[in-house]
Amino acid sequence: MSANINIDFISHTFKGQEKPTLKDIALNIAAGERVALIGRSGCGKSTLLHMLAGLLIPSEGCVRIKSHQVTKPSAKWNMMFQKPSLYPWMNVRKNIELGLTFAGVKDPEKIDYLLDLVDLSDKADAHVQSLSGGQQQRVALARSLATSPEVLLLDEPFSALDAFTRASLQDEVAGITEKEDLTMVLVTHDIDEAVAMGDRVLIMSANPGSIVGEVKVDLPFPRERSSSEFNLVKEQLMKTFESLVGDSAPVNISPIESHATEPEDKADAA
Amino acid sequence: MSSAQPFSTTTFDIAESGIDWKKFGSTLLSQVGYPIAGIVILISIWWLGGWAIASNPDTESFADFAPAPAFSKLLELFTNGYIWEAAIPSLERIGLGLLWAVVIGVPVGVAVGLYSNLQKLTNIPFQLLRMISPLAWMPIAVLAFSTWSGAIVFLIAIAAVWPILFSTAQGVRRMDPLWFKIAKNLGADSLKMLIKVILPAIGQDIFAGIRLAVGVAWIVLVPAEYLGVTSGLGYAINDARDTLEYDTLAAMVVVIGVIGFFLDGICVFLIKKFSWHQEG
Ligand SMILES: Nc1ncnc2c1ncn2[C@@H]1O[C@H](COP(=O)(O)OP(=O)(O)OP(=O)(O)O)[C@@H](O)[C@H]1O
Ligand SMILES: [Mg+2]
Repeated sequence: MSANINIDFISHTFKGQEKPTLKDIALNIAAGERVALIGRSGCGKSTLLHMLAGLLIPSEGCVRIKSHQVTKPSAKWNMMFQKPSLYPWMNVRKNIELGLTFAGVKDPEKIDYLLDLVDLSDKADAHVQSLSGGQQQRVALARSLATSPEVLLLDEPFSALDAFTRASLQDEVAGITEKEDLTMVLVTHDIDEAVAMGDRVLIMSANPGSIVGEVKVDLPFPRERSSSEFNLVKEQLMKTFESLVGDSAPVNISPIESHATEPEDKADAA
Repeated sequence: MSSAQPFSTTTFDIAESGIDWKKFGSTLLSQVGYPIAGIVILISIWWLGGWAIASNPDTESFADFAPAPAFSKLLELFTNGYIWEAAIPSLERIGLGLLWAVVIGVPVGVAVGLYSNLQKLTNIPFQLLRMISPLAWMPIAVLAFSTWSGAIVFLIAIAAVWPILFSTAQGVRRMDPLWFKIAKNLGADSLKMLIKVILPAIGQDIFAGIRLAVGVAWIVLVPAEYLGVTSGLGYAINDARDTLEYDTLAAMVVVIGVIGFFLDGICVFLIKKFSWHQEG
């Protein structure tokens, strides 16, 4: 149950700013495609992703998912963030169930299935604060999947995790998008991650943010990170990145908190 | 396992069997011993004060204020129901006043916490109003309410609303912004956001505010009841003073302290109950 995404010449200027943050982004993402988006800090990746989620409306242009214009958030396209931000007053199961609770649906079997999918069946009743970072992020993933979304939007979802957990979650999520037939857009600072998870890696430049290039990754899942094919694609991606937006450092270091798109007002989000 | 194993595993047995009596003793001392010692010291000071009053010819008519007559009177008032007669109207006023404070303070606090412009707009007026002694509202309360009880409830509410409002607003502002985004993304409308996300997130802040409010309200109650009404703990104190029953007066002071202590305990319990912090 996947959906294609059509980004129709989006430009965006934030309130009170003169220069646009995003300029003329036009892009088609096929149903079931996995797209990774890389670019320097502050180039507008999160801003673009918020627009795909309907959490932010572009000042020009529009986003269409399955040819419906995105004007507000929907449980059909779910976003996952760097921080799991689980609800600490609910246990693991209640957290995963939340989207269904909002919809007034009860489906315990589905929750069982998702718990199993993210390998947390034995933690169903656990207090979320007692879980490790990787486990928390897996709960967040299951929470995003509970409403059977067609699109999964990931904003640096693994960057706060250690390298081993990160690698296994990358494979896990890539596998899940395949199994559940999801369209995925992944924002990342990590070239490895982009190559490990994307069918296509888009390169974004800053000031104003626009898509300046792409590299196709035609490797079967799960991807063997030590294989020569993998490293060949990685090299190609790094070269392309440098030639398009780079000076020396290929990708910047990710900041811990994503500061940028935090709403000025809680009520914007409420 | 053979010795050829290239690595070894050592497990540490952390759990100890049996009871650690030394630890038990020190826990008992700190949990029970110190509080009891505190009460004993307090009563000793009271007793000393009573003794000083009794031995001074100028003040000896107040000698009944000492612990011994006060506690025997307390027992008497407890058994003949006088304490309940005095306490129940007071508790009703406190309850009603707090109810109004919650009904007004929580929604306004949530709104102020959510909308930063509303916060800017209301900050100075609220801070000014908060600084006005609740008793300064007395003349207005008397004019505005036809009954003394109504006026007292109003005074309690106006004293209690601020801590609840500010604590609620602060709780909302401290919420993780992603909680809002994610809930919205998962399909929450405003009402569901309020019930499933905002209120559970700030439950402990609301009760922390109520705890402060109970403290203030309980303090306001007694002087408020000096005026007009013919029931309640404040009235009982004033009445005991007028009739020179200093043992009753002292007993009522003890009652006020003890009830206040229990009300505070209930609040602490509720704060814990609604706290989702792991160490809560
Ligand atoms: N709500 C906002 N109001 C004003 N400016 C904003 C807002 N959100 C983001 N910006 C600005 O837009 C630009 C792009 O921000 P964005 O968060 O999209 O970058 P990013 O590519 O995700 O960066 P990072 O890799 O650090 O997460 C930044 O310069 C940021 O300061
Ligand atoms: Mg970002």
